Amino acid sequence: MATTERSFIENIWDFFCSLKLTMFLLISLALTSIIGTILPQGQLPPEYVAQISATKLQIYTKLGFFDMYHSWWFITLLYIFSLNLISCSIKRLPHVFKFVSEPTLVLGESSRNSFSLKKEIVISATPENGKEALNTFLGAEFSTPVITEHNGEYHLFAQKNAWSRLGVYVVHLSILVVFVGAIIGSLAGYKGYVSIVEGTGINTVESRNGSQIPLGFEVFCEKFNVDFYPTGAPKEFRSILTILENGKPVPGYSQVKVIVNQPLSYKGITFYQSSYGQATEGTEHFITVTSRKGGTPEKISVREGASVTLKDGTQFKLLEATQEVRQFAPGFSGPAARIEVTHKGFAPQVFIIFKDYPEMNAQRGDALIFNYDGTSAKMYTGLQVAKDPGVWVVWLGCTLMVIGLFIAFFMSHKRIWVVVSRGHARIYGNVNKNPAAFEMQFDAIADKFKQLKI
Amino acid sequence: MTSSMLFNVTTLAYLISMLMFFVFLASKNKTVGNAACYIAYTGFIVQTVAIGLRWKESYDQGVGHAPLSNLYESIVFFTWTIILIFALIDFKYKYRVIGAFVVPFALLGMAWAQLGMNTGIEPLVPALQSNWLLYHVITCFLGYAAFAVACGISIMYLIKTGIEGSGGSASAGGLLSMFPPTKVLDDLNYRSIMIGFPLLTLGIITGAAWANYAWGTYWSWDPKETWSLIVWFVYAAFLHARITKGWVGKRAAWLSVIGFAATIFCYLGVNLFLSGLHSYGGGAK
Ligand code: HEM
Repeated sequence: MATTERSFIENIWDFFCSLKLTMFLLISLALTSIIGTILPQGQLPPEYVAQISATKLQIYTKLGFFDMYHSWWFITLLYIFSLNLISCSIKRLPHVFKFVSEPTLVLGESSRNSFSLKKEIVISATPENGKEALNTFLGAEFSTPVITEHNGEYHLFAQKNAWSRLGVYVVHLSILVVFVGAIIGSLAGYKGYVSIVEGTGINTVESRNGSQIPLGFEVFCEKFNVDFYPTGAPKEFRSILTILENGKPVPGYSQVKVIVNQPLSYKGITFYQSSYGQATEGTEHFITVTSRKGGTPEKISVREGASVTLKDGTQFKLLEATQEVRQFAPGFSGPAARIEVTHKGFAPQVFIIFKDYPEMNAQRGDALIFNYDGTSAKMYTGLQVAKDPGVWVVWLGCTLMVIGLFIAFFMSHKRIWVVVSRGHARIYGNVNKNPAAFEMQFDAIADKFKQLKI
Repeated sequence: MTSSMLFNVTTLAYLISMLMFFVFLASKNKTVGNAACYIAYTGFIVQTVAIGLRWKESYDQGVGHAPLSNLYESIVFFTWTIILIFALIDFKYKYRVIGAFVVPFALLGMAWAQLGMNTGIEPLVPALQSNWLLYHVITCFLGYAAFAVACGISIMYLIKTGIEGSGGSASAGGLLSMFPPTKVLDDLNYRSIMIGFPLLTLGIITGAAWANYAWGTYWSWDPKETWSLIVWFVYAAFLHARITKGWVGKRAAWLSVIGFAATIFCYLGVNLFLSGLHSYGGGAK
């Protein structure tokens, strides 16, 4: 009974240590990850819900396909992945350490034959004197050897980059470090969003799950602007922000420019330019109406969607207004409004009036000329807000990974033995990786070795 | 002289190079093989000049930025890196015949870019105005190119083991004798991926760093990000396949081919079939 139990545990251990499991996990992670790139994630768009059958929707929801990277089975895969990494390292690391800390100082007769890299010279000196000379030689040409006497022979062992065998484990460890960083971020940090109207401030942000998080300070939006290229493509979205503590601007955080790719960080919380728009609530638009017959112009102020009756009985309606008309009327820029004008006894006519093109406005409107004067509307800036105390751990992991990969791929553990006996000395070389490069180095050393006169 | 003319010359050079590589395969004439290689390198030099010139032209137009900002420019850069990695492997290992399986990728890219795409220089939208763009794109594409070379080598490996395995060496023996030994192909495949994998890793990391800098999240499971991770998983599987019983050889070569297919999907398919943050090819975000 005891033995089967033991072997059961051993089996489990072997299972978690096996590279077959690693292959299975890597391929499973690759395949399952595809699901989340095809199906919508998070909030489902109504159009999607409308076109998918109810049974499918139910099954997918049950399986967590709509939030698959956080679903129980995907997380489980990641846990097994981590377990696999950890147990594999626990199993192999001691061997590697032993290999590095207790190198093979003495080459046995049988193992000597297995070397493909070897050379022999004849020496006339005694082994004692020969070993001294070869000690100096190896120290100068490769690295200082350790000398061991064995059965009347001297074994000189020298190595380089033994620790490079740990490179692979640095890579594996780095993956775990990244996971730890991600977990810290998800437990102790948050992602949120806030929109701030020009000339106002906020002190809470809305987190992704909808709750309000107090910041502990105030963020005030002084101004928001958009610049455009001559082609009409946006060039820069720019918020000017000020941080206030107890109602007072914090030195160094006053009138800070925040643009895409240039966030603002304060007390571990970072604000990223992400969207913008016009704050429409309660905004008035100003229009000047001039009669072609003369007389004092009439100034009106209306809200979007509202109607006004003008002095001469004409019905005026503001359909919509924008502060940048370029995308609606190519070739024009700046603020504009789309209006509906109904002269008494006529059909309504709809047209666009501009702020910066009065000559265009003068061509419309029959007896009246309409000019758009702008709005009291303010812009709002939309900021992503993030607090992530784990991010430095993630970068640490990434750095370790790159270093580890470099060591694992481009550095090799090189070993050279010289066995000095009566009448001759033999040199042997071995490397764990990239044998071609080492062969050249070994051949160069062996050539000098052959020319030694000892 | 404009960059666009030079890009046409480049395309032509890769076309001629590829045809000569095919002649080389059929004729086994070494001179033809060398000429095919040198023509590819000439194309590479012309392309290098053209990329530099396009960079300068963008400054002349007042929208100065590195020519890595849209699908057209990225494809051109991709083909450039493919030939670069091929050249590295060629100088080091001198197996010219690999060119017959790698230059076609470069030609395909250039032909598509020159014939099927809008080649105009566009200003950078705000999201792309960052030095991270440069680091991110360069590392990613160098990685992709190494995978392209590995894929070409894997195809050679699979052809060679496939034909030799089925005993059909008589029919294709002539052609196959040009191929490096399977052991060498296997090794070169590994070496290419050894170049590509750290570069892809760096590409993913620089992308994450950039996303964190621009949006405050280093990872958001955007389809492009996810696909780059899928590619990374596949090549990690490849690296372990080589040391796992039952996975050595053919299966590893298939993983390399699948890895490159996933790479291409990550690069193009995601924009064509899925939606996300990356503006290459799709509408601007
Ligand atoms: C469950 C997860 C994993 C396990 C159990 C695992 C295990 C192993 C083992 C046992 C080795 C061989 C070490 C040796 O040569 O003595 C290895 C090599 C390696 N692993 Fe992993 N690994 C895992 C995941 C990964 C991942 C995700 C990466 C991605 C970076 C990776 C990168 C490497 C590299 C670069 C090598 C060296 C391969 C070579 O030299 O050709 N490993 N791994």
